[in-house]
Amino acid sequence: MPRQDFEHHLQTLQEELLALGSLVEEAISRSTDALINRNLNLARQVITGDRAINQKRYDIEEMCVQLIATQQPMARDLRVIVAVLNMIVDLERIGDHAEGNAKIAIMIGDEPPLKPYIDVPRMAEKTKEMLRAALDAFVKRDAAAAKRVIDQDDIVDNLYDQVFRELLTYMAADPQTINRATRLIWVAHNLERSADRVTNICERTIFVITGKVEEEGVSKY
Amino acid sequence: MDTTKQTETTGSRSFSGNKGYILKAENLRAFYGAFLAVKDVNLDIKPKSITAIIGPSGCGKSTLIRCFNRMHEVTHGARISGKVLLDGEDIYTPGIDPVSIRTRIGMVFQKPNPFPTMSVLENVVAGRRLTSVLSKRTEMEEIAEKFLRQAALWDEVKDKLKQSGASLSGGQQQRLCIARALAVEPEVILMDEPCSALDPIATLKIEDLMRGLAKDYTIVIVTHNMQQAGRVSDMTAFMMMGDDRAGGLIEFGRTDQIFTNPKDKRTEDYITGRFG
Repeated sequence: MPRQDFEHHLQTLQEELLALGSLVEEAISRSTDALINRNLNLARQVITGDRAINQKRYDIEEMCVQLIATQQPMARDLRVIVAVLNMIVDLERIGDHAEGNAKIAIMIGDEPPLKPYIDVPRMAEKTKEMLRAALDAFVKRDAAAAKRVIDQDDIVDNLYDQVFRELLTYMAADPQTINRATRLIWVAHNLERSADRVTNICERTIFVITGKVEEEGVSKY
Repeated sequence: MDTTKQTETTGSRSFSGNKGYILKAENLRAFYGAFLAVKDVNLDIKPKSITAIIGPSGCGKSTLIRCFNRMHEVTHGARISGKVLLDGEDIYTPGIDPVSIRTRIGMVFQKPNPFPTMSVLENVVAGRRLTSVLSKRTEMEEIAEKFLRQAALWDEVKDKLKQSGASLSGGQQQRLCIARALAVEPEVILMDEPCSALDPIATLKIEDLMRGLAKDYTIVIVTHNMQQAGRVSDMTAFMMMGDDRAGGLIEFGRTDQIFTNPKDKRTEDYITGRFG
């Protein structure tokens, strides 16, 4: 087959993207666990681990630049590389959101929980599920699957609404809770933004397949 | 049936004129004796634009552009069917002098071919002298300067006008040939791999020159260098040889679209290096 070396590089690029996706997914899991279980050590590990996510993003960016400079990719090959360049930015930012939540877990520290965590873990699970499905759709070059992931963003938005309303009730009833409730709203907001960024990744998958850059679904937030 | 995918009808510039094209191939077929080399090409060339023709070796690119100024028929046994319209008029209409067509549709070849026994100045005006009387030396010098400037060569050769054209570098020789083609004041310039014998710097100079010339001229370029087609052209035509060994037009569209999102899988496979 012609361009075996280039094919190999593209395959490696995709594997590196998936590796970055795994690191980010793990960061979401661990930051949520750190919050729920008040595990400050785990939170610190997430913060330290963000450096590895950033480094992986820069490594992939460099691979993309080298492929563009040396292989002169065209058509779908070019779209794949441009898509990866955009996806790594979104993945790195999702990692930053997870790091942000780990920092909030440290801020909350061992303060008594305001309420049992129910919707925040759901948001985290849904976001991770969307992220896995988004990267799977990219690997399979499946635009329909990418669109289905985008549609799921409404579920995370609705959970965010629910968290927001509930915490507002707490704050209205007892101003003493405002500090803790506001921090939890930040956590939920970070997860909501993470899910939005997953939809960006899906839009890039659709771009690879169709050649068109379009906002597929308008997020509520 | 015309199966060419024409994905866009306009290039990145605006075009004047009602027809929207200056040169048009209609059901064009080119033969060498009984052999069909190019089949059923339908193509509109927009005025004051650069159209690149790309495709694997032997797909009929050069044959096609040689049909555009009746150079094809110079080969023994070569003929065409169909039409080539220049400003709406079929250049193959019986009675039309091919030489008059070639003054309106000039050509630059792969290898720079200045006339070796002529000076730089004489090379530029050589074609012009075939079509009009240039009696005064000053008239020749004015014309030479005008077209050497257009060919972005004046500053490099203004002190060498009496030297042989063959004494220039390869890139300068090719620009001299372009100046010679321009001096006839054609409407269309055909370029058959004009940079394939040049180094990268000379190539980029010719490409810059082409972009400048496209403000006043219509350029059709055959190139093996896809990056070159991407850099210089507004529209790109992709040709390929069929099972019957005849070359055909597969896809024609805006260059940015052809190189980022071609519609035909054969175009995609070729430009991404999967075959050819």
